[in-house]
Amino acid sequence: MLGRLSFADIPVDVPILVGTFLGVAVIGITVLGLITYYGKWGYLWKEWFTSVDHKRLAVMYVVVGLLALARGFADAIMMRTQLALAYAGNPGYLPPHHYDQIFSAHGTIMIFFMAMVIMTALFNLVVPLQIGARDVAFPFLNNLSFWMTTVAFVLINVSLFIGEFSQCGWLAYPPLSEAQFSPGVGVDYYILAVQISGVGTLLTGVNFFVTIVKMRAPGMTWMKLPVFCWTALCACVLIMVAFPVLTVAVALLGLDRFLGMHFFTNDGGGNQMLYLDLIWAWGHPEVYILIIPAFGVFSEVVPTFSEKPLFGYATMVYATCAIMVLSFLVWVHHFFTMGAGADVNAFFGIMTMIISIPTGVKLFNWMFTMYKGRVEFHATMYWAIGFMITFSIGGMTGVMMAIPAADFVLHNSLFLIAHFHNVIIGGVYFGYVCGMNFWAPKALGFKFNEAWGKRAFWCWFIGFYFAFVPLYVLGFDGMTRRMNHYDNPNWYPWLLVAEVGAVMIFFGIVCQVTQIYVSIRDRNLPGNVDVTGDPWNARSLEWSTSSPPPPYNFAIIPHIHELDAFMHDKENGIDTRHAGGPYAPIHMPKNTAAGFFIGAFSFTLGFGLIWYIWWLAAISLVGVIATVIARSANHDVDYYIPAEEVARIENEHSRKLMAQAAE
Amino acid sequence: MAHDTTTADAHAEHEHHELPTVFGFWVYLMTDCIIFGSLFAVFAVLHNQFDGGPTGKELFEISGLALETALLLISSITYGFGMIAAHKGEVKSVMMWLAVTFFLGLGFVFLEVKEFAHMIAEGAGPDRSAFLSAFFTLVSTHGLHVSCGLIWIVTLIVQLAGTTAIPERMMNKLTMLSLFWHFLDIVWICVFTYVYLASMI
Repeated sequence: MLGRLSFADIPVDVPILVGTFLGVAVIGITVLGLITYYGKWGYLWKEWFTSVDHKRLAVMYVVVGLLALARGFADAIMMRTQLALAYAGNPGYLPPHHYDQIFSAHGTIMIFFMAMVIMTALFNLVVPLQIGARDVAFPFLNNLSFWMTTVAFVLINVSLFIGEFSQCGWLAYPPLSEAQFSPGVGVDYYILAVQISGVGTLLTGVNFFVTIVKMRAPGMTWMKLPVFCWTALCACVLIMVAFPVLTVAVALLGLDRFLGMHFFTNDGGGNQMLYLDLIWAWGHPEVYILIIPAFGVFSEVVPTFSEKPLFGYATMVYATCAIMVLSFLVWVHHFFTMGAGADVNAFFGIMTMIISIPTGVKLFNWMFTMYKGRVEFHATMYWAIGFMITFSIGGMTGVMMAIPAADFVLHNSLFLIAHFHNVIIGGVYFGYVCGMNFWAPKALGFKFNEAWGKRAFWCWFIGFYFAFVPLYVLGFDGMTRRMNHYDNPNWYPWLLVAEVGAVMIFFGIVCQVTQIYVSIRDRNLPGNVDVTGDPWNARSLEWSTSSPPPPYNFAIIPHIHELDAFMHDKENGIDTRHAGGPYAPIHMPKNTAAGFFIGAFSFTLGFGLIWYIWWLAAISLVGVIATVIARSANHDVDYYIPAEEVARIENEHSRKLMAQAAE
Repeated sequence: MAHDTTTADAHAEHEHHELPTVFGFWVYLMTDCIIFGSLFAVFAVLHNQFDGGPTGKELFEISGLALETALLLISSITYGFGMIAAHKGEVKSVMMWLAVTFFLGLGFVFLEVKEFAHMIAEGAGPDRSAFLSAFFTLVSTHGLHVSCGLIWIVTLIVQLAGTTAIPERMMNKLTMLSLFWHFLDIVWICVFTYVYLASMI
């Protein structure tokens, strides 16, 4: 009845997990209790869970992304603490079986459920507003993407308390991840979580690609498209080309495990190198999927806080596209040591180094934008400048590893770990936090607290160097990744320093949480509330709407004459909003529960497959198909906002604007 | 001037709502194409990893394959007739052609399942060798797509039943299914030549 699931799979003998479970249970029951007490279930369901509004989905994505950050960081600091203890005969507090699950979960969660999710949040919030559209091309699919991603994140966390997680690293290399060597449910949790979230990501990629290609406001030609949208477009192309390859790689691994096939097994003619090629044919574009939108964020933030147009817009666009193409030509640099031969390694080494050219173009563009600008050292700008410094260092160590001969020494050492955290924390994470600070007023209607933002930055920035520079040293000193304990006395002090860095980053996260709390508490104070919708005197169209924008974004679709459309209008005294109308009724998509149900069925489908509960999997699959068909038969999918209602909302905002101007 | 802009925008907005649907589906199909491309690459790598088991030459039979191929190719033509009828707004005729397409597709899936069952019974199942794993996965991924197409055809027939006209939303659905169905035909031609014929030469 329950497949291979039994009470023995509940890890009641692991105190850390029991404690975590109790903590999650207490917090969870408190939150659910509060929602019930205040009677907010109906509100959450009608206004948020079933919402197809891209701005609301963005907020929900951020919530999921921050929860994933908390989970992923908990894993990280546990690993650092283990390595600060497990020296010279001391086994530490995490046995290998548990430690291996933690590093696997850390990587999987940080990439798929923290970085990808916050990136999608930024796409959702910014892209339709920047191109002057009223929503994305497929609002229902947008809601469905959110739920697929969210249930996958829930599924991966269920593995904490029911069964176990994969112990094979974040990419589950065979043959270790094959049933022969990993017979438990861990790898199956990994496979199902990645596949379900992959559906969400792929739909997001298609959705935003079509949105940008087809729904730009009249007059917005390609070279008038804001850089963030260019980066979103390139990331979507990468998603559409790379994620199907991930789907195939992980599906084939699943077929090996579930049906005894021989794609990557040691016997039967299987080929592990094939998995490596497939997974990195996705994996390398994936890191560019993450970093390119971060570049887009900086390209919006730096000009705004330098009070100048972006330096070299066209080169920025070309550099982004060049990186997009090059990202497909470098995947072998992840396994130079596996014997592809000198010629092949040389090709991929050179291609890898070439990527640093367009990236360098971007860095110089941002610096020249600041040069002779009136730079305002806002918290948002701290993250941008911190990024430029940190990312440059990470990029340079990357070029070092791109030299195949050097890579033979550095491969799988802590030098590699230091390198990719250097670019992913210093690039992706700093970028997304920068973006969240920048666009928070647009999403929420109030600014984030500056002081706490700066404190968070300094803790992260300094903490990062303390945590990861020692890993560069340790890498040169021969320490490999994924090590559970060691007895080399030279390594010990560096690992203590790294632990200190991790604690500083912990304080950085505390500051960020405090920042959000303080910002919400003080949201109605005069300096914090965003009345005009343009708190930074910014340049692109999203700032021409109220904060948060009305459901339809633009009562009258603006006409675009120049790059930096909103700044152009402000400088030339054009009213982008066309305040006063005349307004027409606006066609809008209706909220739908179909995405939630497809997500819920996908969750039970995944759970059933993981535990061999075939009846549950079968029912869930039928549920997914039935929901899709029911949705397809539903004709009640849209409505009109009457012109009077549009006029009422618009006039109210105009009144606020005038009152503000009069002050 | 402001007034002109508004009406133009309202019109543009209305078109926006309908136009990207088919384009978006086409883009999605291209991602599906990459799934097939990856599976073809996997087959290319593993196509001679027989592990001492049967080879393609020993397993494949050209006669059944020819029939399968014929069924699928003809079903593309019948779907095309259905689309012509849809453009003329003849609901009954559309439903008839969809039904014909459905049975041709069903015949294809039936023959494929029969072939698979026969191979598995002979001990040449997907767990026999890497070659057979790659073969079964590639071909059955295509078969699974055709089966999804069959469900889709039935859904549309049911949705068309009792109606007298074809509204824009239904036309979009028919067009998307048309893209999907022809796409599967193209994939099958690649499967047929690269997997079957190339193995038998």
